[in-house]
Parts: sequence; C-alpha cells; structure tokens
Amino acid sequence: MSTIVTLPNQEEARLPKLSYLNSEYGLKSWLLTGDHKRIAMLYLISITFFFFLGGAFAGVIRLELLTPQPDLVASDTYNKLFTMHGVIMIFLFLVPSVPATVGNFVIPIMVGAKDLAFPKINLLSWYLYVAGACFLVYALLNGGVDTGWTFTTPLSTHYLNTHVITAAMGVFIAGFSSIFTGLNFIVTIHRMRCPGMTWFRLPLFCWSHYAASILMVLGTPVLAITLVLVMLERTVGIGVFDPTKGGDPLLFQHLFWFYSHPAVYIMILPGMGVISEVISTFSRKRVFGYTAVAFSSVAIAVFGFFVWAHHMFIMGVSNYSALVFSLLTMLVAVPSAIKIFNWAATLYKGSLTFETPMLYAFGFMGLFTIGGLTGVFLGSLGMDIHLTETYFIVAHFHFVMVGGMLMAYLAGVHFWWPKMTGRMYPESMSQLAAVTTFIGFILTFFPQFIVGYLGMPRRYHAYPPEFQVLNVLSTAGATVLGIGYLLPMLYMPWSLKYGKIAGSNPWQATGLEWQIQSPPLTENFVDIPVMDHEAYDYEWLAHKTEHEVTTVG
Amino acid sequence: MDSHAIVTGQEQHEEHEEHPAYLRHHFVTVEQQRETASFGMWLFLLTEIMFFGGLFMAYLLYRNWYYDAFVAGSNTLGIGLGTTNTAVLILSSFTMAMGVYSAETRNRKGLVTFLSLTILLGLVFLGIKSKEYHDKYVEHHIPGASFSVEDFVHPADKRDVPLAPDMAQHAQLFFFLYFAMTGMHALHMVIGISILFFLLYHAWHGAYTNGHTSTIDNFGLYWHFVDIVWIFLFPLLYLISRHPLK
Amino acid sequence: MSTPTEHEHHVVGPKTYGAILAALLVLTATTTGVAYLDMGVFNPIAALGIACLKAVLVILFFMHIRYSSKLMMLTVGAGFFTFIVLITMTLSDYISRNWGLW
Repeated sequence: MSTIVTLPNQEEARLPKLSYLNSEYGLKSWLLTGDHKRIAMLYLISITFFFFLGGAFAGVIRLELLTPQPDLVASDTYNKLFTMHGVIMIFLFLVPSVPATVGNFVIPIMVGAKDLAFPKINLLSWYLYVAGACFLVYALLNGGVDTGWTFTTPLSTHYLNTHVITAAMGVFIAGFSSIFTGLNFIVTIHRMRCPGMTWFRLPLFCWSHYAASILMVLGTPVLAITLVLVMLERTVGIGVFDPTKGGDPLLFQHLFWFYSHPAVYIMILPGMGVISEVISTFSRKRVFGYTAVAFSSVAIAVFGFFVWAHHMFIMGVSNYSALVFSLLTMLVAVPSAIKIFNWAATLYKGSLTFETPMLYAFGFMGLFTIGGLTGVFLGSLGMDIHLTETYFIVAHFHFVMVGGMLMAYLAGVHFWWPKMTGRMYPESMSQLAAVTTFIGFILTFFPQFIVGYLGMPRRYHAYPPEFQVLNVLSTAGATVLGIGYLLPMLYMPWSLKYGKIAGSNPWQATGLEWQIQSPPLTENFVDIPVMDHEAYDYEWLAHKTEHEVTTVG
Repeated sequence: MDSHAIVTGQEQHEEHEEHPAYLRHHFVTVEQQRETASFGMWLFLLTEIMFFGGLFMAYLLYRNWYYDAFVAGSNTLGIGLGTTNTAVLILSSFTMAMGVYSAETRNRKGLVTFLSLTILLGLVFLGIKSKEYHDKYVEHHIPGASFSVEDFVHPADKRDVPLAPDMAQHAQLFFFLYFAMTGMHALHMVIGISILFFLLYHAWHGAYTNGHTSTIDNFGLYWHFVDIVWIFLFPLLYLISRHPLK
Repeated sequence: MSTPTEHEHHVVGPKTYGAILAALLVLTATTTGVAYLDMGVFNPIAALGIACLKAVLVILFFMHIRYSSKLMMLTVGAGFFTFIVLITMTLSDYISRNWGLW
C-alpha cells in the first residue's frame, strides 16, 4: 500500500539531543512545569487511566446485559455502574480528551508561540482535573453514586443516600479544569499568534478549539452552580427542586442541560479539528471550503446554546417551548453537516493514503454521520416521544461520542505521536487496532439502535427475553471493541523505545508544528516564526523540502 | 528571502532594549502581556456572570411562582442596612479604581492608601452582612429545621398581609435564595479581601508602581464585578415591594 | 505584519471616577426611594432598569470598557448575551406552560 510517510535514514537517525523531554529531570520538573507540552503528557497519562476505568464499568454493564434477567449485579449496583461509567467517560475522559492532550501540546506551536498565554493556569487546570478525579474516586470507593450522570432531581436530592455530594463536588472541580483550559486557548489564539498568522491562516484545528473553548468558558459555570444547588439542597432540603415542597425539578434540568448540551459540542468540536488536519494531510490537499469549516465551528458553538431543552421533551416542558427547541435543533445539525460535506470534498480527487490516522478519520466520517442523523430523528418531537429514554438514545450518543469523538481522539494521538515523542508507532499493528475498533464498534452499538426502537429502555438491567439476541451481539461487539482499545496500550509504550525515529515531518504535513524538531524544544521555536503562506499550502511545503537538508540528532 | 517559514525576527533585537524583569518569556512585548492578562481576567468574569446567572434564574422562577412569599420575605430585610451596604460597596469600587489610577501614575503611597480603604470598606460590608445574617437567625428566618412561619402567618406589622401557611412555607425558598446569593457574593468578597491583603503587602514594597500595573488592573476588574453582582442583588432581594409611603 | 492590534493605554483620572461615584450614589438613593412609590408593574422594571444603568456605568468607566478595544467590548457583550439566552429561553418554557390546550 502506498504511504506518504517520510522518515530519516534509520541507520544514522537519533532523537534530538535536547528536547522538552530531557531539558529538565526529576519529578518536580514535571509536577511543577509550566511547559504546555509536559502538561499535555501529564493529561495524556491521567485521561488514559480514567478511560480504562470507565471502560471497565462498561464491560460489567455489557456482561449484565447478556441475559434478560438481572442476575449479575443488584439493581442499585447496576445504577452505580452506568452512573460511574457516564460520569467518568464524560467529565474525566471526553471533555478533556483532545483539548487537554493534543490541544495543549500543539496549539501554541500552531499559532507560532512559545507557550500558552497562561502557563501556570494550564498547570492549575491539570491539578484541578486530578483533584476532581480524586473526589470521584473517593465516591466510587465508598459505594459509588447511582443518580445517573445527569444527577436528575429530586432523585439525587431527596431519594438517595449515596455519595452524591462528593461526586457532584468532583464534577464541579473538574469543570473548573475545563474552564481554565478553554480560557487559556481563547486568549492564546487571540493574542499570541506570530507575525503573519492571520485568523484565516490558522489551522482549522485552532478554529475548532476556539469554538469549543467559548462553550467551555460560557457553559461550564452553569453546571457548576447547578451542582452547588444540588449540594445545598441535599444539605438543607427545603425543596428548591422538590415538587412536594413547591420546587420545580425542571428548573434543575433547564440549568443542567444548558451546560450539558453545549458539553457535547465541547466534546466533539476538538475532534472535528483533528479530522480536518488528518484528512487534509492524507489527501495531500487543502481542506475544501476553509472558511465554511471555520465558520461552521463557531456556528455550532453559538447554536449549541439554543437547543438544550431537546433533552427534556417528555419531562413536562410546555408544547410551545418544545416546538421552538425542536426547530432550533434541526438548525444546529446544519453546520455539522457542512463540515462532513467539506471533508468529503477534500477527499475528492485527493491523493489518498491509508495510514492509521486516516483510517480513524474515515471511521469518524461514517459513524459520526450515522450518529448525527439519528440525532435529527431524536430532535423531531413525535419521534422523540417514542425513542427517548430507550437504547436508541444510547446508540445515538455512543455513535457520535465513541464512533465520532473517540475515533477522532485516537486519530489525533496517532497523528501527533511522532511529534510528541519523536518516534513512530508500528503502522501495521495500529491499522489492525483501528479496523478492530471499527468492527467492534458497529457490532456493539448498531444492534442498540434496533433494540431501542423496539422499545428496550435505557438504564435498566432487566429486559424482555425477545431482546436477548441483539444484546448478546452488542456484548460480543464490546469484547472486540475492548481488544481494539487495548492494542494501543501495548504498542504505543513499545514505540517509545523501539519505534522508528520520526524526524520533524514524517507525514509531510503543513502546519508550523511539523517544521520544528520532534520532540520539540521546550521553547518550541528558536526564533519566533513569521507566517508567510496560507494554511494547508502543499506547494509551499514541496518548495521548502526541495531545498532543505534534514539532519536529525 | 529564503523559503523557510522560520526567520530571525528583527523584533528579537528590539525586545532586548525593552525587557523588564516582569516580562514573561513567552510574550514578545509588555503591551502584549498586559492585554493578554486583561483579556484572561475578562473571560474569567464571563464565567462568573454565568455562575451567578443560574442563581438569578432560580430566583426569577420562584419569585414569579410565590410572589407573596417573596414580598413578605423581602420586607423582613433591613432596607437601611441594605442601602448602606450598597453605598459602601460602590464607594469601595471608587477607592479601588483610584488605586488603579495610583498604580498607573506610579504613586506608591496613593496605591497603599486606596487599597487599604478598599479593604476597610469591604470589611464594613461584611460586618453589616453578618449583622443581617444574625438578625435572620434570631428571627427564625433561616431555612431548614429552625424556620418558623409565625412572622408570615401572623405578621406583626399591620400593613403586612398574612400569608396562608403553605405560602408562608414558600418564604423558605426566598430565604434560601437570599442566603445562597448573598452568601456566594460574600464568599467572593472574602476571597477578594484576602487577595487585597496580599496586594497591599506587595504594593507597600513597590511591586505595582514600577510600570507593572497589570495585577492591580485585573484585580480591580474582579472587584468591580463583585460590586455589579451586588448592584443587582440589592433591588431584587430588598426592594421587591416595599410598602408605599402614605 | 499583522500582529494582534495593540491598544493605546488610556489612564482614567479621578475626576471621571468621582463623577461616576456621585452618579452611582444618586442612583442608589433613587432606587431605594422609588421602591416606596406604588407604580404597579413598573416597580420591578424601574428597579432593574436603574440596576442595569449602574452596572453599565461601572463597566464602562470603572472597568475601562469605554476605552478598551472592540474585542473587549465584544467579550463583555458575549457574556451578557449568553446570560440573557439562559434567562429568556428557560422562561419561554415557564411562561407558555398554561397556554391553551394544544
């Protein structure tokens, strides 16, 4: 199979003598670092741990659902399993996934700066993440929480005696981690661009992160205050969300979903940024319709604030309001679709090669499209009444979050791995893993659309026996999926020692990060660059490499 | 002109001339650093707007649903103390702004004076607030176990309309929001005053009157924001429906 | 070269601050005084209106937005816009709950 990978001569190549990895030694130099690249690596390790913890819960859930009877775990335990799975996967994995790892690492370099605007706040972000995670682990070890990740009231405020306050505190703190990351990105992209780096020369990865950061900064505080109200309510109990005492449970839901809907865009937008970069590089073509993709990112962010009550159609909102939110939901699908069309147009007549990041990108395009379209079904009121709170919803959000976002995350990690570590991962192993996850994913989640449409409710550990075949298929798929996710855990660490030396630009990509050494110096650039060409300018790259002598080591 | 994107910048030579100690390595000019810090603080204030926003939404809803209880609850708050506190906080905003002016005109003594006045006024505010909280405690208006509906079902003041017992219970919602909103505001004040002590110490040693006014500027923004929150809290909590003067 | 636009640093003086202080104190007295007049539905409107005016004065002058770049003004606007969206769209549910029977 053809490949665009261009590595230096492996006989002579060595990693650069000085890089951000060896510029300082010792635990303190990592735990008190201001270097955005080291912080990105700290995040990478943390979120990988929590990904597998959340995944373990998913594994037990799928095991339980092998049989229609509730025979593996007790009801309360099952509630705790899906709650912890959701809370960990959303707040400790998906929200920080691309921004905190790849974004932190690459955005300053992409804009031509020596670091993010606020390095100390960046480090604080990581510590807040860890602190929030500690609260959640404490809640987990002390019996878990069984409210569902949505903390719905008055169940969470009045009718449960699990560690709701601890878990809410954990999410509250992790939320601030997210806020500070977003704040840092917005300021960096506005104020730290190097000379010549106009807005429309920025890689689309930066545009996506800019849009996601706006959501992080404006949306997350509402979640914070909502959780504070839940915590106060559990303590004082005067009924702010309890209908028996004159409160309105829907007030909680309005405030909760005001964040949690933009949250899904916080999760997916950075992934879309990765896809723009990957598709362009492995088609050897500039992204079709740069302006449209850039503005659609911002449009998703803006419209994303107007649609939250589509999570509440059956909860008791007024018909008029349901109508308005349904119409707006149709509207928010448009910018996402624009991006898919633009990526497809980028592929058209491109010079395609199928390295691992590209395989994940293809997976993203197909699976996100299916997930997104099913979202449109759910956005229409009549269908939603039938489909909501069933496995159709579960399948929908797993298609967009796992088939979409997680694949984009893996694409990003693989794509920038040579830059972050200086080494290539083993291509055939990684392609096997990518294909395995794709097959495993479809087997796991497609049956869930069917079983949901047929009426199986979500968050139940018992179901009518006629749904068993589909559930067994889903669990079998989950096993394959698990293998697919475990493989990178084997070959990525392997590559740190035995992977091929990558050189500065193994993918022959455009973008400032590929013009510096791998791994980069602590200060990224010896001299601040001057940007004199457009984004995705492959002619400029060809002209440059013609005259260039690459030495590595 | 070579074909590399990375070129030696002329800016590198210029920046050595104007490279004060407080310029961080990842910024090119002092101006960039100053504007960046200011932008960052404004974004943080946006998060605070949305944070308090949730509480305002809860308030709006329940004021609408239980208007009579909210009126009754509001009328138990001391308007004299409330208005005084508002004036105190506005005055402290003025002294803070004057502190910023002192920093910008490199007036160390002026900065120290105005920061001290701001701290003083902040403490006066908190003192009056604690008196108000104490009054609520004594009157059994704190929501929860010790709450008593007596004052609302059988009001002492003849002008007050007695509430039905269930509506009187809803006054707890008013007081819950009162304590939540003013408490959250007071927490921000406490944090602000703590930071002010820290700033005062460094200002005394000349840290902010040597051209590096960013810290004082941006703390000023925070302080003014806390003032703005109170500017909205005051009419919403204290002035729902005071009895018209006859 | 298109570095991010750097803004001239404008120092606001005591006279301006003093004038704004006076205005704010007058408005405070006004809002308290007006609360004792019975204007029906205009009471909360007046109270919120005066509060908004005070907030605008603080933002423009004490917080220097009057002298800041367009980016800062846009940022402040974005914050208040999002707050307004939260309030109005949530209220749209509550207000319309008792409309008709459709």
